[in-house]
Amino acid sequence: MKAAVVVFPGSNREGDMARALTQATGRQPSMLWHADHELPAGTDLVVLPGGFSYGDYLRCGAIAGRAAIMDAVRAHAARGGLVLGVCNGFQILCESGLLPGVLMRNANLRFVCRMQHLRVERNDTAFTRHYAKGQTIEVCVAHGEGNYEADDATIDRLEGDGLVAFRYCDSAGNVGGDANPNGSRNDIAGIYSNGRNVLGLMPHPENLIDALVGGTDGRGLFESLASAA
Amino acid sequence: MKARVVVTLKSGVLDPQGKAIEGALKSLGVEGVASVRQGKVFDVELAGADADAAKAQLQAACEKLLANTVIENYQIDV
Repeated sequence: MKAAVVVFPGSNREGDMARALTQATGRQPSMLWHADHELPAGTDLVVLPGGFSYGDYLRCGAIAGRAAIMDAVRAHAARGGLVLGVCNGFQILCESGLLPGVLMRNANLRFVCRMQHLRVERNDTAFTRHYAKGQTIEVCVAHGEGNYEADDATIDRLEGDGLVAFRYCDSAGNVGGDANPNGSRNDIAGIYSNGRNVLGLMPHPENLIDALVGGTDGRGLFESLASAA
Repeated sequence: MKARVVVTLKSGVLDPQGKAIEGALKSLGVEGVASVRQGKVFDVELAGADADAAKAQLQAACEKLLANTVIENYQIDV
């Protein structure tokens, strides 16, 4: 598994992401700059980390979504290459057109930073093989704009085609209600592209990889990726 | 040439910021406010002098960057 992490001005979770990837794959990911035009040869996985790219100016992820490196990321995804976007990375994937919909301001207008349970919707993808289908995992969220919205036709398509990756739930696995931290449609925490080779999610699995700092439920995602290529 | 681009949320898209502003106006005693929707205004200076060309340029700018057409509409005044 050869991974590359894209750093934009204002990214701040690239170090956490690199640590999680290194732990799972046994090799350090390449760090790419937003102004680069090419991915390193043989890249299997491109990761867009969390943060506040371009200070969230205009719209979250809007300017990063049009950065020079994104043409290479789009081409990589079109070839079937794996792409993971976490938090601001998810916002960038939506703004770049790699995933449908948009992340809007949290419904309660508050920045939410807390531990959060998720339900794994399917475990037959490159991102989730090391989880069980329907498993409840505990990770964390930290965002002000994670309220997933799309038009009804898009939501129906995501649901019908099995493209919802994770949903917000409580510790018992019950979806919805107070377990939804931001008002997302259908409690959506993460979605796949049509080919299920692109995943965007608001929560931070990369921060839950060490028992010393809260838990290890995030490891499954990186171990899945490590065994995917 | 000066132009103004106004970007607004499409009707039906939830606007929590507009709702908060609406609530604040009401609590300040500003009467008769039925609803508030928040948008963005871009004042753009263009080098050329042709209005049609400017409009076409700004339309491209809106589609590429200024508006997210999933949730936003835009209006161009040259």
